[in-house]
This record gives sequence, C-alpha cells and structure tokens, in this order.
Amino acid sequence: MEAIDFNVQPPHLYPGYKSTILRSPTKPLMIVGEYLKDLSLPAFGESVIGKFDNDLTKNARKDHDPIGERIKVSGKVMDDDGRPLRNVLVEIWQANSAGRYIHKEEIHDAPLDPNFLGAGRMLTDHEGRYTFYTIKPGAYPWGNHFNAWRPNHIHFSVMGHQIGHRLITQMYFPGDPLFEFDPIFQSVPKHARHLMISKFRMDWTDPEFALAYEFNIVLNGKSKTIFE
Amino acid sequence: MEKLQHTPSQTIGPFFAYSLSAEQYGYNFNSIVNGNLINNEVEGEQIFITGNIFDGEGNAIHDAMIELWQADANGSYHSQFKQDEFNGFGRLGTGTQEDKSFTFKTIKPGPVNNQAPHINVILFMRGSLHALYSRIYFDDEQNDKDPLYKSIDAERRKTLIAERKEKDGKIFYQFNIYMQGENETVFFDVH
Ligand SMILES: [Fe+3]
Repeated sequence: MEAIDFNVQPPHLYPGYKSTILRSPTKPLMIVGEYLKDLSLPAFGESVIGKFDNDLTKNARKDHDPIGERIKVSGKVMDDDGRPLRNVLVEIWQANSAGRYIHKEEIHDAPLDPNFLGAGRMLTDHEGRYTFYTIKPGAYPWGNHFNAWRPNHIHFSVMGHQIGHRLITQMYFPGDPLFEFDPIFQSVPKHARHLMISKFRMDWTDPEFALAYEFNIVLNGKSKTIFE
Repeated sequence: MEKLQHTPSQTIGPFFAYSLSAEQYGYNFNSIVNGNLINNEVEGEQIFITGNIFDGEGNAIHDAMIELWQADANGSYHSQFKQDEFNGFGRLGTGTQEDKSFTFKTIKPGPVNNQAPHINVILFMRGSLHALYSRIYFDDEQNDKDPLYKSIDAERRKTLIAERKEKDGKIFYQFNIYMQGENETVFFDVH
C-alpha cells in the first residue's frame, strides 16, 4: 500500500477547474492503508443487472433508435499487475449525440433525444471485460470560463473488490481538438492523460453496424484471490 | 514485472444522478442501491444518518454523491450483495432535498474486531477530482480505543463524530462534512 500517486493522478486543487477552489481538501489526506487495506467492497451479482442495461441504444428506446453514431465501447478492468478483475460493477453516463444531458439541471440549448437516456451498467466477466453499446456523445459548453467546452466523454464509475478500487473517471476519444482547452482533462499530469483516452479499434467493430473503442481501466489496490 | 499505470481519477461532474441514483431523482432507470439500507427485517437499532456537505464558504453542496459502507449489528460486512437483504451499502445524491441534506436509513453497526462502531464514507462531487474517503463514528461509543481514530490528530477527531439526536421517536445521527475551513473533515488516503 502506498499513497495516491500524483505522478498519474490529478491534484485535489486545480484552479483552472474553478469548482475545485472551494471543494477540495486543504489539509493533507491521512494515510490509513494499514487500517483499511483488507476492507472489501460489496460484490454485486448478475441479478442486479437488467437485460438492456449495457445497451444505451436500446434501454430508453421508445419508438425509434436514438439519433447519432452508434459505437461499441469495450475494455478490461485490471489491477496494476494486469490481472483481470471479475464481477466489477461498471456504471456509465453521458450526453446524447447533440451534447445534451437528460439531467434536469442541464441548460445547454441542444435537443434531448426521446429515445436516449445515457445511463448504463454491467458487471465485468471472467476476463475482467465489459462491453457497452451506445451513441457517441457530443461536446457541450459548461460555463467554467468564457466559451468553455468539454471534449466528448463518457463518465465511468467503477466499484472493484476493495476499498481502494473505487474509481470515478471519464473516457475520452482519440484526437479530440478540445483536449488543449479543457481544464478537467488537463488536471491530470501530461504524461498520464493518454490513460483516459480510448483507442479506436477497427478490428473490434461490428461490421457495418458499430465502430469500436477500447478503454482499459487499471485500479489502485491489491486484487484478492478471485471469488466467484 | 512492471506495474501498469493506474487510470487517473476525474470528477463525477454535476450530471451523475440519472445513472447512479436514478430512482431518488425520479429518472426512469432503476437503482441497485439507494438511501435505505433496510430492505427487510434486520437485527439492530434503526437509525438515520443525516447531514449536509459544505464548501469552503459554508454553502451546502447540492451536487455531491455520498456512499456508505458498513457492517451489520454484529460487526460483519455482507460483502456478497443480495437484493432484498441488508447489505450495508447505501448511496444518495444531495440534490433532492430543499436544504441539500442527505438522510440514510440504516441500523447502527456493531464493532468490527477491535474497532469502535463506524461507517465508511466515500464522497464524490462536482469540483472534486478524487473519491474522498472518511468515516463516521458515533458520539455515544468508546471511540478512544479505536486504532484508526486514535491515530488522528486529537483536535481533528471531532470532525468524524456523528451526534445523536432523538426526534419523534426516531434516532438521528447528525454528520456534516466540511470540505474546508476550521472544521475541515478528515479524509483518508486508503492506497
Ligand atoms: Fe460530462
């Protein structure tokens, strides 16, 4: 067990992302690995996952398919030795293809899609793998500074096996021109930003149906003996 | 073997609710967990954990998400999640009450090994780039014998103490979280 690695992780306070100024701890975190290292997180079973929970093109469909570019997002959840983490709850949420969230507080003037919610979840399989079908999210403005736009991204919440395995992050798409203008993306040290960018995988596409992106997730914390 | 680099953490942002806590906010997507940890008959004293999360200017935060993870009344964690049973895991956003408070319904945990009864807290919010970990201890317990509690600076320990209040025959423990300031809550690095 060691402390948060700020060589890869963002700082708590990143003034370019203005909301961190009043919402980040000012005192150093207390290192307590020795007391909490054996604390497991709950292990969820398949029974909590609904049939279309991992297919965002279907799970809110009313009368049409949602508008936008259909994509597949897949990857592995691993510990830092590269061992697959099985039965990990992966939850996602995102804007629609027009860059609009369904959230009630969202005020961006872009259309909602009546056939798209933007929420999904699943458990990783025996190889630690997850796969979602969705619509490529659009960019949206967010008011942090004048004309601030977020790069296209999908939010990921991951609940691994142990307390140190709780991660919320964002997955980005390769080559986004907004990277250099986005303080949330840039809060992560430069050499580690590629870890948040998915890879385009032509070889993983569903031919003539959906393009594919690979996003692997490496969690901080020891993996326990695999349970089933 | 060379270690893989960990995936960097990013903020939960303001718009998590329709995925992570959809039922609470009235979105059409069911929730695996919510603010009620008691889905069935369960042994133990029924309590409510309630509070607010305050920013550095003392304003209550309305777009945070708080997760609780606790043992049962006998001090056992129910690590294998089973629907309709006591699991000890709860989750709420702070955006559905006018005063931006959270209120979990649960049972008071028993002591785990040599530790005082406590509830683990995992906190996310717009404006935080990390998961933040803390612990709730109870003001009517012998916390001084708890190894983790004892290791905290004496003048900051009180930030982890929930205060017992009785109201209308119900037991509430008030636990406020202060991101900054004089009473800044103690957060842990669990790695
Ligand atoms: Fe977003």
